[in-house]
Order: sequence, then C-alpha cells, then structure tokens
Amino acid sequence: MILVFGIPLQVLLTQLLLGLVNGAFYAMLSLGLAIIFGLLNVINFAHGALFMMGAFAAWMGLEYLGISYWAMLVIAPLLIGLFGILIERTLLRWLYRLDHLYGLLLTFGITLILEGLFRAYYGVSGQPYAAPALLSGATNLGFMVLPNYRAWVVVASLVVCFATWYLIERTRMGSYLRAGTERPDMVEAFGVNMPRMVMLTYGFGVALAALAGVLAAPVMQITPLMGSNLIITVFAVVVIGGMGSIMGAILTGLLLGIIEGLTRVFYPELSATMVFIIMAVVLLLRPAGLFGREK
Amino acid sequence: MSADIALAVEGLQAWYGESHVLHGVDFHVRRGEVVTLLGRNGAGRTTVLRAILGLTGQRKGSVRIGGVEAIRRPTYRIAHLGVGYCPEERAIFSSLSAEENLLLPPRVSRSDAGMSIEAIYAMFPNLAERRHSPGTRLSGGEQQMLAVARILRTGARLLLLDEISEGLAPIIVQALARMIIALKEQGYTIVMVEQNFRFAAPLADRFYVVEHGRVVTEIGASELEEKTPMLNELLGV
Repeated sequence: MILVFGIPLQVLLTQLLLGLVNGAFYAMLSLGLAIIFGLLNVINFAHGALFMMGAFAAWMGLEYLGISYWAMLVIAPLLIGLFGILIERTLLRWLYRLDHLYGLLLTFGITLILEGLFRAYYGVSGQPYAAPALLSGATNLGFMVLPNYRAWVVVASLVVCFATWYLIERTRMGSYLRAGTERPDMVEAFGVNMPRMVMLTYGFGVALAALAGVLAAPVMQITPLMGSNLIITVFAVVVIGGMGSIMGAILTGLLLGIIEGLTRVFYPELSATMVFIIMAVVLLLRPAGLFGREK
Repeated sequence: MSADIALAVEGLQAWYGESHVLHGVDFHVRRGEVVTLLGRNGAGRTTVLRAILGLTGQRKGSVRIGGVEAIRRPTYRIAHLGVGYCPEERAIFSSLSAEENLLLPPRVSRSDAGMSIEAIYAMFPNLAERRHSPGTRLSGGEQQMLAVARILRTGARLLLLDEISEGLAPIIVQALARMIIALKEQGYTIVMVEQNFRFAAPLADRFYVVEHGRVVTEIGASELEEKTPMLNELLGV
C-alpha cells in the first residue's frame, strides 16, 4: 500500500474527490452570487434556499410525476430561474438604489419564508434520492474506486462553470454584462435594455443555484436546511475569492473544496473551520480577496 | 420647419433626488449644426445632456429628437432615436478591451449603418494598434478618441459630446477639432459642452450660455467677436 505522509493513497484520493465535489458546488454557487452582486448590487442571501429548491424539485419531479433526473436537470433550473425572475420583478428591483444591506435583508427574509414553507410540508428529515441508473455504481481505477456519480458532478459543474465564464468574458452579451457591472447608466444610455438584462441576470444566477441543487440531490440529504448549511461556506468562498472576478469565483470554489477535503484527512477536527481561517487570513492580507479589485 | 430640427428642448426641468438642477432650459439644434453649450462650472451644462438622455432623476418639459417626444421614454429607448453620448468622464470600461469598448454600443439606426470599424481605425490609427489592450490602459487622448469613436459606429446622427477637449495635450485637442470638422462635413449634428472656449469658438455655428440651470443667451458664430466681452463676463474668465 502506498502511503503519503502516513496516509494510504486511496484514502487521500477519496477525500480529494469528496473535496472536489464540494468545491464544484461552491464554485457554481459563488459564481452565481458574483454575477448577481456585480450587476444588481444585491447580496443574494436566498441563493442557498434556491439551491435547496433545485434539489427538492428533482425529488418532487420523480416522487409525484415520475420525471427523470435527466429531465429535471433542465426543467428545475428553468422553473426556479423563472421564480427568481418573479422575485426580481416584484421585490428586488425596488432596492437597487439603496444600500446593500436592504437587498441582504430582503433575500434573508425570502430565505426564511422558503425554508419555512418546505419545513412545514416535509419536516427536517432528509428525503432519499437515488442517482440515475446510468451513473450508479463505481469504477475501479486500480489506485482508487471512483464513484461514477461524483465524477459526473465534478465534470458537469466544471463544464457549466467554464461555459459561463466563456459567455461572460468572450461574447458580446457578456461584454454588456461586464460593462453594466461598471457603469449601468452608460450601457443604458447606449441603448441596451438594462432593466431586462438585470432581470435575466438574476434569473440566470438563480438557475445556476437550482442546477447545483439538482446535481446535489443524489449526494446530499435533501432537507429544507441543506442550502443554509452550504451557503455560509459559499459566502466565505466569495469573500476569499473577491467580488468581481468570474474565474476567481470558480477557482476559489474548487480550491477551497479541495483544501477542506485534505484537512479532513490530516486534521478532521479543523475541516469545518478551515475555510473561515483562510477567510480571516485573506481579509487581513488582501481585503479585496484573492482575485478581487479594490474599488 | 420641424423636419429641419434635430433636437428641440423646451422648458426642460430636471432634478437629482431632491435638488432641482435645471429650471426650464430652451434651445434647439438644426440638422447638421454644431452647437456649443457654454457656462461656468456647475451651471448645469452636463445636466442638460444627461437630462436629454433621461440619466437624471425626475424630468419635466419637452425633449424632441428628430420630431419624436423623448421625455417619457426610458433611457435605453432614447438612444434608439439616433443619439450618441460621450460623457465628460469618458466612461471607458476597464473590464473590456479597447475593441470591445468600441463594439459595445448597439446600432441605433436601421437606415444608417454608421461608420465601419475600418473607417474608424483609419480615422484613429492609435485605436487599431491598441485594440487588444484593456480600455483603461489607453492614454487619456486615446481613451477620448475611443469614447467618441464608439458612438460613430452606431449610426447615431445626433452626438452629445461633453468636454471632449478637457485635460488633453494641445496636439490631441487639434486632432479632435479636425475630427469635429470632418464629422460636420459628413452631416452629423453635434451638441458640445465645452469649457475650452478657444477649442469651441472656431467649430460651432451657434453658442448657448447656460447659467443657474437656464439658457440665458444665444450667440451666433458671426456675432462672436462683438459679444466676446459680454461672454467673458458671463463665463467669469
């Protein structure tokens, strides 16, 4: 058996993969938060609850309507993205001119309502959701056993993250978003329908959260509070990566997932705290975050 | 007569939040004319341009662009009446390359294609050289050229240019003056806000003096010499 620092290689790699899976969720969620904050100036506290709704949508689709995982992978982000657009049109848009705090408070309130509703119907115990047949089981790579579904989560979220990066950094529509993040008034003066763009951007960020939720359904306990548990760490990820960089949000998410996984191997007691220790250090040394720009 | 008028502003009032900045501005610009708004700092000239585009808070009065009333239109629909805006602070986007900055404003006219990218690069060779640099890495003069060039691409025929000569080296100011003359020859209608009277004097057909959020006087290019003492007093130079 191969040992790395006295740890069997297989244990190390398994934890690394688990860390990477968590990192993939961090990356998708912090990416959405960064895009929304960039254009709307809203710290979307409801992101965790919308992630939870994505996971519940997958479960409900199968449980009540017999809709497969693969179909829900598309349907859930669309439906919950539309729900996000409804939130933006009816509630958020009144707050753009105000301090960040108001958006944070409003979305915090939305979180409590959504989580409360799901708790009232489904309680706090987890709903089971099996991975689709195609991805159940595991592949023996010789040096480790790779659970197929977890590998899929990592690959799928990497593809989604980098496609989003490409859309924002390399396309014309993305240039509107980047410019709108800097000077929304000027982009509007050029004739771009900014109110519609803000609405679609929020819907897109929410759809990303819902997609992460569907991906998470087979590997996490589906409970009304699953988003709240995750979102605190994701906010720390956003602080570490710094607002305003798409690639920064993706890389920081993945990196912190991995660091968390490795901490679990070498000093498990610290694994839940590690992200916050890093956050404190980064805030001391680089207050704008690793990839952030001072404003 | 109205077919001849590119921009007619009547009784325009505008607010920033609670503060009442424009108190009834009246002026008009004929098609193909270059008109300059003069005035002291804080007189409200920049606000006139911003209010035309709906970038202030509440506004009242009438702004007709090519005969179409724009006062109740949202900002993004005003640009599509064929208006291009170059703000005083230039608003070059740092997260976009020079070329992305140039390509950002969407076309605002179906009938008029605007200048092609090649024609713009021929007019401003510096921009072609630096097309892949982040917009804000360009020199002040290059950024100013970029800020003007990007609205020439869109097919806008009415250009609102705010202090384009400000803070630039004399050689670049001369290049900008040649550009204004070239644009006038191509039939563009231009409203300039200028602090630099020597820059504006030979370019404009008419001048309006703005004071305390109102137009207080109009001066034609031919009367400029005899009215210079009065202007000096009004502008406090």
